[in-house]
Amino acid sequence: MKLLRGISGFVIRRLLLGVLTLLVVSVVIFAATQGLPGDPARAILGKNATPDSLAALRQQLGLNRPVASQYWHWLSGFVRGDFGTSLAAGQPVCCSKSSSLLGGRIENSAFLVLVAALISIPLSILIGAMSARRRDGPFDHVMSVVTLALAALPEFVVGIVFVVLFGTVVWLLLPPVAIIPPDQAPWNYPKELVLPTLTLVVAVVPYISRIMRASMVEVLESDYIEMARLKGLRESKVVWRHALPNSLGPTIQVIALNLAYLAGGIVVVEFVFGYAGIGAALVDAVHNQDIPVVQALAMIIAGIYVVLNLVADVVTILITPRLRTSLS
Amino acid sequence: MSESTIAVAPAAAAEPEPRRHRPLVLLLQGAWRQGRTKIGLAIVILLVGLAVIGPLFAPYAPDKTANIPGQAFAPPYAPPTAGARLGTDTLGRDVLSRFLWGGRSVLALSALATGIGLVLGVAVGLLAAHSRSILDDVLMRGMDVLLAFPQIVLALVAVATVGPKLWLLVMVVGITTAPRIARVTRGAAIQVVERDFVHAAEALGESRTKIIFGELLPNITSPLMVEASLRLTFSIALIAGLSFLGFGLQPPAADWGLMINENRQGLEINPWAVVAPVSAIGLLTIGVSLVGDGLSRASIGIERGGIDR
Amino acid sequence: MSAPAWDGFVVEVEDLRIEVESQGVDIVDEVSFQIEAGEVLGLVGESGSGKTTVGLALMGHCRRGARITGGKIRIEGRNILELSTAELRALRGRTVSYVPQDPGSALNPALRIEKQLDEVLAAHRYGNSGEERRVRLLEMMDEVLLPPEGRFLKRYPHQLSGGQQQRVGLAMAFACRPRVIVLDEPTTGLDVTTQAHVLDTVRNLCEIHRVAALYVSHDLAVVASLARRVAVMYAGRIVEAGPRSVLFQSSAHPYARRLIEAIPVISGRHALAGIPGNAPRPGRRPSGCFFAPRCTYAREECTREFPPVVRIADLHEVRCYRHADVLAEAAHGRPAAEELTALRADDRLLAVDHVSARYGERQVVHDVSLAIESQECLALVGESGSGKTTLARCIGGLHRAYTGEVRLRGELLPAGARARDRETRRQIQYIFQSPYSSLNPRKTVGQIVGQPLRLFFDFGRREIDARVAVALERVQLVASVADRYPDQLSGGERQRVAIARALVSEPTVLICDEVTSALDVSVQAAIVELLGGLQREMGLAMLFVTHNLALVRSIAHRVAVMSEGRIVELGPVDRVLGQPQDEYTQRLLADTPTLEAVPV
Repeated sequence: MKLLRGISGFVIRRLLLGVLTLLVVSVVIFAATQGLPGDPARAILGKNATPDSLAALRQQLGLNRPVASQYWHWLSGFVRGDFGTSLAAGQPVCCSKSSSLLGGRIENSAFLVLVAALISIPLSILIGAMSARRRDGPFDHVMSVVTLALAALPEFVVGIVFVVLFGTVVWLLLPPVAIIPPDQAPWNYPKELVLPTLTLVVAVVPYISRIMRASMVEVLESDYIEMARLKGLRESKVVWRHALPNSLGPTIQVIALNLAYLAGGIVVVEFVFGYAGIGAALVDAVHNQDIPVVQALAMIIAGIYVVLNLVADVVTILITPRLRTSLS
Repeated sequence: MSESTIAVAPAAAAEPEPRRHRPLVLLLQGAWRQGRTKIGLAIVILLVGLAVIGPLFAPYAPDKTANIPGQAFAPPYAPPTAGARLGTDTLGRDVLSRFLWGGRSVLALSALATGIGLVLGVAVGLLAAHSRSILDDVLMRGMDVLLAFPQIVLALVAVATVGPKLWLLVMVVGITTAPRIARVTRGAAIQVVERDFVHAAEALGESRTKIIFGELLPNITSPLMVEASLRLTFSIALIAGLSFLGFGLQPPAADWGLMINENRQGLEINPWAVVAPVSAIGLLTIGVSLVGDGLSRASIGIERGGIDR
Repeated sequence: MSAPAWDGFVVEVEDLRIEVESQGVDIVDEVSFQIEAGEVLGLVGESGSGKTTVGLALMGHCRRGARITGGKIRIEGRNILELSTAELRALRGRTVSYVPQDPGSALNPALRIEKQLDEVLAAHRYGNSGEERRVRLLEMMDEVLLPPEGRFLKRYPHQLSGGQQQRVGLAMAFACRPRVIVLDEPTTGLDVTTQAHVLDTVRNLCEIHRVAALYVSHDLAVVASLARRVAVMYAGRIVEAGPRSVLFQSSAHPYARRLIEAIPVISGRHALAGIPGNAPRPGRRPSGCFFAPRCTYAREECTREFPPVVRIADLHEVRCYRHADVLAEAAHGRPAAEELTALRADDRLLAVDHVSARYGERQVVHDVSLAIESQECLALVGESGSGKTTLARCIGGLHRAYTGEVRLRGELLPAGARARDRETRRQIQYIFQSPYSSLNPRKTVGQIVGQPLRLFFDFGRREIDARVAVALERVQLVASVADRYPDQLSGGERQRVAIARALVSEPTVLICDEVTSALDVSVQAAIVELLGGLQREMGLAMLFVTHNLALVRSIAHRVAVMSEGRIVELGPVDRVLGQPQDEYTQRLLADTPTLEAVPV
C-alpha cells in the first residue's frame, strides 16, 4: 500500500515535470516555426501573390496579432484537442474522428511501431543475454560485428536494400510498397507490413542488444554472481535468476529511448514504403509548408517521448528493489 | 650484522620502465591494433577519396545527359551501356558521373554539422559538470528539451518554416547533436570532477579554465572520441536522409541522397542509379562506426590497465 | 545430517600451481598446506601475493583469466581438481563454502535475503521441504546473531548494515554444515567494533561445528586473534608457516619479520620500518628467491634458485637460505622511534574554533575546537563517518559549508581555497587518502609536482625542474620518475609523488587525510616513516587524520579522538592511549586487534 502511494507520488512528480518539458517544447516548436526567417503566408501563396490576398491570409492565420497571443491561441487550442486547421487540406489536423487529416494515420503508425517493438524487445534481450553468456565465443563475435554494422546503417538504406532484395530486383517475394487505403485497418495487410516492420526492427535491435550485452557482462563479472556460483547453484539459475534481473535496469532506459527514436524512424520508413502514417504525413506537410500540421505532429512526437520516459522510469523503479524500497 | 641495518634505497622505483607515449597516442595505437579499425579506416578513406577526387574522373558534368552511341538522346533509366557504364538516371544523365560528383556534399555537410555539435556539446557538458550547482540543472534540463525530439523531427520543423537551405541543415543537425554529446561529456566529466586530483587543483587555487581544460578535458578524450565517431555516423545518416526526403540539395545538384529519391521510380529498370548511392552511404556509415568501435575497445583496454590484444 | 567424522587432515593442498591462462605465467606456485577439523589456518599476504587465488582454489574456482595447472587439493581425501562440473557444484556451498571480502557486493541486490539463503539449502537438498528449510533458516539466523524472524528475512541486502550483511554471508556459508570454509578478509571495510563482533561469531561457529577454516587476510593482527597456525605468502609462494606464537615472536623469514615490524603497535612507541621496493608481479619475478632484491640478508646464492622448504621446528617451515642468521638476530626487538620534536610553549599556529560543518542536509561536525602548535603533529582519530575527514577538508579549504573559525597565525581564514589568498594556499597543503585518485593520470609526475610551483612562484622552467627533482629526492624517488605517468607507479610510489607535490611549495601546515589506508602494511610503514622524518626535518605542523589508532603512536604528539562529529577526548598520545578517560576511546582501544594480545 505504502509502495503504491510512493509510486503514485513519484508518477505525479514526474508527470508534472513531463508537462513542464512539453510546455518548453511547445515554446521551442512555436519559436522555430514563427521565429525563424520566412513568411508562412508568402510561402503558401507563392511569389506571385497579391498584397491583398497575402493580407487576407495573414488575417486568417492570425499572423498580425502579437506573438504571445498567437502562442496562447495555439497552445490553448492544443489543450482543448483543437490541433489547428491544415493549410493545404483545409481540414482540421486532428482529432475529430471522421474528417481529420491525421485520424486514421495515428493508428496506422501506432500499429507499425507496436508490432516492431513487440518483435524487437524480446529479440534484443535474448541476443544480448546470449552474447554476454557466451562472451568472446563465436556467437558473440558474429553478433558483435553484425549489430555494429546494422546499427550504423540509416533506415532508408536498410529499407531500400530490403526493397531491392525482396521486393523488386532480386526476389519478388513481398510488395515493395505498403499502401494502406484510407478507412482500412493495417492488420488486414500483413504482407505489406513485413518490410516496413523489418526495417524498424533492424533499426532498434542492434542498439538494445548491445546495451543488454554490456550490462549483462558487467553483472556477470560482479561479486554476487561469483558468490552464486560458489554457493553451488546451477549455471542456468545463476544466469536467469541472479544476473538477468540486474541487467535489465539499464536496458529499460535504452529501450524507452529507442522506442522514442522509432517515432522519428517512422518518418523515413513510412516515406520509403508509402505507408499512410504520421511520418509520411509529416514529410508531406513539410513539402507543403503546412505549418499547423508540422506543429501538431512535432508536439505529438515529443509527447510520446515524454510518456515513454515516464513509463521507463516507473518500470525501472518497480524492478529495482533499492529504488522501490526508497519510495515506500 | 651490518648487512641487516635498514638502508632505505633512494630508488623506490626499482626497474625503470621505458619512457612512455602520451595517453592519447596510446589510445590511437590501441585502436590501430584492432582489425576493425583498419577495415573501417580503409572504407572511410576509400569513400572520402572517391568523393574528393572522383569528379576528376567523371566522364560527364553532373547535369549533362549521357552520350550513348547510336541514340540521339539518352533515354531515362537506360541499363549500363557503352556511353553510360552504370546506365542513366530519370533524366537520362550518366549515373556514374553523378555518383562520382555526389559524395562531396554529404561528407562536407555532415562533418561540419558534427563539428558544430561537438564544440557546443563539449562546452555545455564540461560547464555543467564543473559547476556542480543550479547551472548544471538548468543546462541539462535545457538539453533534455532538445532531446525530446528525434533529430529528424526538429530538422523537419525547421525546414518547414525556412525551406530547404543547406546552412539550416548544418545548423539544425549540429544543434540537435550537441545535447547528445553534452550528455556523454557531462557523464564522463562528472566522474572526473569527483576525483581527488581535481580537488587538489582547486585547493592549490588553479583557475577554472585551467581545471576544465587541464584536468577535466584530457581525462575524457577517449569517451569523447568514441562519441564523436558515433555522432558522425548519425549526422551522415541524417543529412543523407534529409536529402533523400527531398529537403537537402535541390535538383539538378548531384547528391547521393537526392539520387536515391530521384531514381526510385526506375528501380526495376536501372537499379544502379539507386544501388550505387545507397551502397556508398551504407558503407560510409559502417566504416565510420567500425573506427569508433575500434577506439572504444582500445579505450576500454586502457582503462583496464592493458592495451595489448 | 552429520557427515562421518574424517580423521586426518580435512584439507591437504600439495604443490598447487595457478597460471595466467594465456601466458603460462604462474600467479601461485609450490603452495602446500594442511588444515585439520576445527582448526583455523591464517593465510597472510599483501595485495598481489596470491592469497585470495589460493583461497578460491579450495573450491575448485579461479577468477577469469586464471587456471589451476598443477598440484592436488584434497578435501577429506578426495582430489577436487579431478571432479566433474556437476560434482564440483555439489561440493561448493555444501562441503566447502566461502565468505567473501565485501558482503555489500557479494549479495545480489535484486533478491531478498531469504531467497538467497534458502537457495543454498535448496540447491544442496538440505531439508526435504520448504517447511524444513525454513526451520533451518531461522536456526541459522540465530547462530549468526541476526533476528530470526520473517520480517528481517524479507529485507533486501541494501536495507542491512555492513555488519548484518556479513552475518548473512556467514549464515550462507554455514548453512549446509560444511566441512571446510574459506574466509576471504571478511572484516575488511567494517569498523573495529563490528569487526570484533563478527570475528567472535566466526571463532565460535568454527569451533562448535569443527570446521576446517582458511582465513585469508592482509591484517596480521586480525589473523593472530583467530588462527592458531599462520602461513605467510609473498609473490605467489608460502615463504613461512608455523604456529602463530612462533611466527610472531621469532619468525625465520626476512619478509615475515619485516612485515611484522611494519605493523604499528598501540602499546609503545616504536620506529615503523617499511620494506623498500615493491613485490614483483607475475611474469616479472626474478630468478632465485623472489624477496632477494628487497632483502638485507640476500647473498649471491639467494639469486640462483628459490630456497627449498626447511623444517626448523615442529610445524614451523621456512623458505630462506639464511633462516639461521635471521633467527640468530635478537628476537623481534624493535628499534625505538626517533624523538619527536620538542615544542616551544604556546606557539599556536593553526586554530579551529567552534567549527560545525554540514554535508548536504546532514550535520557531520558539531562544534569542534582544536589547535596545532608549530612543528607539532596532531593526530585526529575516528571511525568512518565520525566527521574527521570533513573537518580536515574544512581546514584545507576543500569544504565550504561550515560555521565557526579557522585561523592561521591568528588570522581568520575564509571558507574555501578559492577565497583564500595565494600565500595561505601555499602554507596549508593537503594529502589525500587515495593516491590512485589524487594524481591526474594524464599528466606526468613532473607536471604534477611542478603545479604548485607554477601557481605560487614566478619561477622559470629550469628552476621548476630543479625544484621538482629536489622534491622527488626528498620523498626518496629517483629524479627520472618525473617523466612517468602515475599509472606506471605502484601505490606507495604514487603516494610519495602526492607528498612531493604537497611539500614542494615549502608549506607550514600539512594535512594528511588517511594517507596510508589504501596501501599495504609494509608500504604504510614506509610512508609514515617518511612523513614523520619530513615533519621533523622541515619543522611542519601536521594534522594526521587516521582510523588506525596504532599508527598514532609512531608519529603524533597529541591525539584527538572523534566520534559522531564531536571530539570526545584530546590529549598527549601516551595519556590518551595509556589511560583513556572517555568511554568511546576505551571501547575503541579494546576492540582494536593487536599483535601484543596474541596468546602464546
